[in-house]
Amino acid sequence: MADEALFQFLHNEVIQYIYKSSEHGEMENGRCITKLENMGFRVGQGLIERFTKDTARFKDELDVMKFICKDFWTCVFKKQIDNLRTNHQGIYVLQDNKFRLLTQLSAGKQYLEHAPKVRKHNGGKLTCQALFIPGQLSPHEWFSLPLSLQYLAFTCGLVRGGLSNLGVKSIVTAEVSVMPACKFQVMIQKM
Amino acid sequence: MHQVRLQIKGSDVARYSYSIHMQISAVLQSWSKPKNYPLFIRSVPIQNELKFHYTVHTSLDVVEEKISAVGKAMADQRELYLGLLYPTEDYKVYGYVTNSKVKFVIVVDSSNTSLRDNEIRSMFRKLHNSFTDVMCNPFYNPGDTIQSKAFDSIVSAMMVQAS
Repeated sequence: MADEALFQFLHNEVIQYIYKSSEHGEMENGRCITKLENMGFRVGQGLIERFTKDTARFKDELDVMKFICKDFWTCVFKKQIDNLRTNHQGIYVLQDNKFRLLTQLSAGKQYLEHAPKVRKHNGGKLTCQALFIPGQLSPHEWFSLPLSLQYLAFTCGLVRGGLSNLGVKSIVTAEVSVMPACKFQVMIQKM
Repeated sequence: MHQVRLQIKGSDVARYSYSIHMQISAVLQSWSKPKNYPLFIRSVPIQNELKFHYTVHTSLDVVEEKISAVGKAMADQRELYLGLLYPTEDYKVYGYVTNSKVKFVIVVDSSNTSLRDNEIRSMFRKLHNSFTDVMCNPFYNPGDTIQSKAFDSIVSAMMVQAS
């Protein structure tokens, strides 16, 4: 579908632009990821306003998450989330086995080969959780992060913005194990 | 209050008095700023505006009550339109809450009986539609007061139409 390609191209260009226009010092702090995430946040707020205009009121948090997994994901990425898991205590994991924004990236090992250098975060899984806390990553670690995480920052912001407009405060992080599958972890913050 | 004198053929003189008290306001329940502060208030006519502000503020309690009751009630309570909140001696207050927790309140003069439920519903729908447009405007920061001309003109048109 032509309109999908348009957004993918735009998304790629936005990421390139943000990285090119940042200075060397900024890249070490993960500010680029934060910028992408904030953009996604604002877009998510507007999108949710439009998508929930005609839906019934949500009963509870689980209802909101189901809406994000089904209707919201379908409207934005033309498919649903494949798997939603929760521990019923405010943590939800959304798994997408074929994430649209990653399908065009090579699935080869070249982008994951630096994984051992970030192994100390979370026992071998690549996450961008540390990026949301400024100053936690050293420059060495930053440059060894796979490129695919940059491509997930906007979507993390999208989910966070959508949830925030529905009255749910959260932190959203993303994880890539096997391309193009990825998991988004949503941690609900109690007010 | 406007008073219009109409002279009918014959000896009768009919006098119509026509009051256009009406207020529309959008109130946001926000997480970062103090809750339930108003994003937009407009009323016609402009005198007695403070009384309208007060009415809107007190009606927010009723709105909150209705929203929290949804959890216990069943599917028919899941509409966004809340209907007549409560009738005071002079005014009727209608409420509407969006899924993004923005509350719209319309206060109408009781003597204006020509406004039916359907019309109020359609007014709320128009408000919601144009609020969605404001929200999608990238230059608008959520939580600011609404200064969009398009939103303004929709509200003014509604006030004129309702009077």
